[in-house]
Amino acid sequence: MFPLENVVLCRESQVSTLMALFGERHHFSFPSIFIYGHTASGKTYVMETLMKTSELPHVIVNCVECFTSRILLEHILNQLNCLTPSEDECTSHIACDSFNDFVRLFKKVTQDQGVDDQTVYIVLDKAEYLREMEANLLPAFLRLQELTNRNVTVIFLSQIVWEKFRPNTGCFEPFIMYFPDYSIGHLQKILSHDHPPEYSADFYAAYINILLGVFYTVCRDLKELRHLAALNFSKYCEPVVKGEANERDTRKLWRNIEPHLKKAMHTVYLREISSSQWEKLQQDDTEMGQLKGLSAHAHVELPYYSKFILIAAYLASYNPTRTDKRFFLKHHGKIKKASFMKKHEKTSNHLLGPKPFPLDRLLAILYSIVDSRVAPTANIFSQITSLVTLQLLTLVGHDDQLDGPKYKCTVSLDFVRAIARTVNFDIIKYLYDFL
Amino acid sequence: MATSSVSKGCFVFKPDFKRKKVSFPIADYFNEGESLSEDSKLRFDTCQLLWQQMKSEAEELQEELNKNLFDSLIEFLEKSHLEFRKKSTKWNYQIKCREIPTAALVLGVNVTDHDLTFKGLTEMLRDTVTPYVVSLQAKECPDVKHILQKLASQLMGCCIDMESTEEEYVQSSQRKMHYSMAFLSTWYKSVTQKTSSESVKKKITSFSHWKESPPIVIILKDIESFSTKVLQDFIIISSQYLHELPIVLVFGIATSPIIIHRLLPQAVSSLCIELLQSLSCKEHLAKLLDKLLLTTRFPFKLNEKALQVLTNIFLYHDFSVQNFIKGLQLAILEHFYSQPLSILCCDLPEAKKRIHSLSEDQCESIRRLPSFMRYVEKQTPEKQVASLTDERFLKEETLRFLEDLHSYHENFFLVLKCLHAFTSSLPKYPLGRQIRELYCACLEKNIWESQEYEPALQLLRMLAKDELMAILQKCLEVCKSPPGKQFGGTVEKLQEFLVQFQKLEETESNEEENGSGSQQKGLQKTDLYHLQKSLLEMKELRSSNKKQTKFEVQRDRVVDFIDNLVRKYLSPPDTQTLYEVVYFTGAHILREHLNAAPRIALHTALNNPYHYLKNQALKSEDDSIPNVAPDICIAYKLHLECSRLINLVDWSEAFATVVTAAEETDPNSTASEEIKEIIHARFIRAVSELELLGFIKPTKQKTDHVARLTWGGC
Repeated sequence: MFPLENVVLCRESQVSTLMALFGERHHFSFPSIFIYGHTASGKTYVMETLMKTSELPHVIVNCVECFTSRILLEHILNQLNCLTPSEDECTSHIACDSFNDFVRLFKKVTQDQGVDDQTVYIVLDKAEYLREMEANLLPAFLRLQELTNRNVTVIFLSQIVWEKFRPNTGCFEPFIMYFPDYSIGHLQKILSHDHPPEYSADFYAAYINILLGVFYTVCRDLKELRHLAALNFSKYCEPVVKGEANERDTRKLWRNIEPHLKKAMHTVYLREISSSQWEKLQQDDTEMGQLKGLSAHAHVELPYYSKFILIAAYLASYNPTRTDKRFFLKHHGKIKKASFMKKHEKTSNHLLGPKPFPLDRLLAILYSIVDSRVAPTANIFSQITSLVTLQLLTLVGHDDQLDGPKYKCTVSLDFVRAIARTVNFDIIKYLYDFL
Repeated sequence: MATSSVSKGCFVFKPDFKRKKVSFPIADYFNEGESLSEDSKLRFDTCQLLWQQMKSEAEELQEELNKNLFDSLIEFLEKSHLEFRKKSTKWNYQIKCREIPTAALVLGVNVTDHDLTFKGLTEMLRDTVTPYVVSLQAKECPDVKHILQKLASQLMGCCIDMESTEEEYVQSSQRKMHYSMAFLSTWYKSVTQKTSSESVKKKITSFSHWKESPPIVIILKDIESFSTKVLQDFIIISSQYLHELPIVLVFGIATSPIIIHRLLPQAVSSLCIELLQSLSCKEHLAKLLDKLLLTTRFPFKLNEKALQVLTNIFLYHDFSVQNFIKGLQLAILEHFYSQPLSILCCDLPEAKKRIHSLSEDQCESIRRLPSFMRYVEKQTPEKQVASLTDERFLKEETLRFLEDLHSYHENFFLVLKCLHAFTSSLPKYPLGRQIRELYCACLEKNIWESQEYEPALQLLRMLAKDELMAILQKCLEVCKSPPGKQFGGTVEKLQEFLVQFQKLEETESNEEENGSGSQQKGLQKTDLYHLQKSLLEMKELRSSNKKQTKFEVQRDRVVDFIDNLVRKYLSPPDTQTLYEVVYFTGAHILREHLNAAPRIALHTALNNPYHYLKNQALKSEDDSIPNVAPDICIAYKLHLECSRLINLVDWSEAFATVVTAAEETDPNSTASEEIKEIIHARFIRAVSELELLGFIKPTKQKTDHVARLTWGGC
């Protein structure tokens, strides 16, 4: 077993606090510990390695997987039951319906496993999901030690601060611990730690240095950075492999990798193209030209009337109702914007976002913007519904269809302009904001 | 129904299944008309046969079009989880393996068609790649629990197919446990171990390396409708189990792949997305038309209006090829049902046999066809008499006409395709970009009389040589492809043109040099006036010289040739005798059935009850309301005259006035109070019916008022 300091980097103070809290094996520890911090700040990793290296009896449960409290409780019990794998009991499944049962069974299991004389740790990862389960679950876990009368400590891991957890009715306050974000020095140290065996640590550290120089401004997520480091390392080694440069030739390597990393920032980092595609690009050494990112495929082909329905919905969402007369009546007279603009409408409607509109208004606008006569056929109505299922429109409020449904248009201006262009409709002329 | 029980109570009677099966055979519907029974049976059979052929053709096409997509998907699957299978310990695999391989299938907005694609996809995957294919729909998965439940039940389901012995084990464990990913992963382990130790599965032979750990393919059919939270949680869970379960996700996307970023702002980082695009539905339609209608394989044809209706529904409303095929089916059914002579709408040899056995009635109906009458009128009196009285002569004539019709179609489609090859490359597409537009135009009237035809020819006379040669090459291929014999002359002619152009190419290079030399001479240093003058002269010279180059002469000849072909062969089908036999003309029927207008129908029913009820008393010439009309009609008509808010008291009074209008008005009689109450009740009922239909709703804006939900009428 490695010494803890070599495996857990840059978390020395947190680890020592935790060790101090845990004490000796048979000591009672704090009943519940709440650890929070950003994603990829090492919460889960520290807990896992701590438990493993000191060989403490523990259970680690990820709350995302447990969508009902029953699964969560059974999961904990079954894992506890298998703590000493030599026994045959592992195969039997423990069923547990309520927290009451859980407390009873917990006592039984710990006794069976022979761990009732030492602290048992229950680690609940992604604890924020507990808030959505039964209301009694969180308070009960917080004082599990008291309820079971056993030596047990529950550790919560979350990205959210404790204040957002605290129930209205009050509860036992856990010991709260914060895992701060890694600094750039920390990141450098951690990333350099897992260098590939075939290259020296210094060489890899230099690479990480360049990588951080490019990406640190946009991304501090350790997972994301590790991913990027793994993806682009082969490109960095390329000159070395080809024999064009040696490992010490940092400047040359930098010149080789820097534009490549910049390109990665605009593509693979944003998941415009997937990592496998990115790797293929690296191998083939082809240009980006033929491989388009996800957002290059923004164009949506729609039936003719659907396009107009979408345009009408957009107009209805972003124009005040009063102005319909001015836009869609033939003889509206001369109404200047200034004369009929109310004070509060001076802010752009596009900044405020789409407003809901009734179905009738949509149809009225539709009839006036389509050149030919549109019969209100069943197809038109079903098209509106299918636009809703495509998430281009959304149904607002109650879903009582008879009572005059209201919709909102959720597409962007660019999108609707592209659509309008295909049917030769100048949408800007009809938008109140651009008058 | 009697029971043997002594006590009283509720008893369940299961329906008797035997009785249910006595259904009305579809063929009998064909009997209902005026025609004879054996004739209608034959027509029905012909119709079925034809439809089966067309359907299988359409399905074949669909398969062929999907093949590309499926192949690339399989290739993608093959690449994914390579490391998982190899149990790789490579350095960067440790870091990357949290990414779930995901295929984003962009399938277009015609959501109704997706089902068929997914069905084909599932079958294909089951046959070739993995037995573990799960397809999920958004409406089945409101939360993670349901997703996992569906996932587990479908996975176990496909496992049961192969190993029936395990059924009991699965069933018993299903009871006990909620499905969780952990459960699935143990299940997967046990299943794969079992199969790898057992003999090799029979089905999956082509991909041997998948034997040990076949991937679990999860198809999310309509990604747009999934809620962000559910999907995100599911992806987080799956990515945690990726070491144990080789999961591959397939997203069915109707709009654009950007939706993934919108739906999954965070979890997207644990996906490794590859984009796969299916053929656009417009191209699919074009191919379908080419296979089903622009061919002599199937005798059935649509006339211009009917085809317009179907394509308009497709282009304007749904983009659904399946709906188009359904529409076509309706057209076929309707044609064979309503047209007694459709019995001859089959391939030529079969039709020959049928002509001989035509009955007297059928001969009579041939004589009554407008196109046949037109033909008879043009004949000499003797022939007229013969064709109107002599049955045998008529049958001979009919046979001749059908043969003519057949060869007419053969030529028609060839020339149509040639013309399309010419006009589809013209700027602004004067005759339409797609062949269906051109086809519609040709069906409607003589294409050469249309306004766009002349300008199109003018443009053709300006084509560059390489373009022209490419087009000619294309035409040549079109004409050569069928084993037709009548078109031999055209093929030769086209070849001749091509050869001549090639010859021209060689000679022209010399000429060009000469031409440029003379131009150089003309442009010498002079003052402005002279320059203008000389330019003018040159222009005149050029215009007069225009016809001089050999290429231009040749080009004109080509265009004239095409023009002649068009005029000769592209006359619309209604000029052909007996065209009614194969052309479906009931466009209005298609429109009524496929593009229904419920709102208009409702308005007609309420506004003009005579239209549906056909009761003479309800007939009204002007807008007045007859008091015998149903109450709801009266209330509806009155409410049309109101603005957005309707005063119930006024409305009720107006209603009472209309209802009592014609009856004797005797306000002082004792019965009037009772009548008033009845009228009041009737009014309330009518109003609540209108509310149910969605015309009005109660409002809180004003007391005793209701709000109108429709507009217009006032």
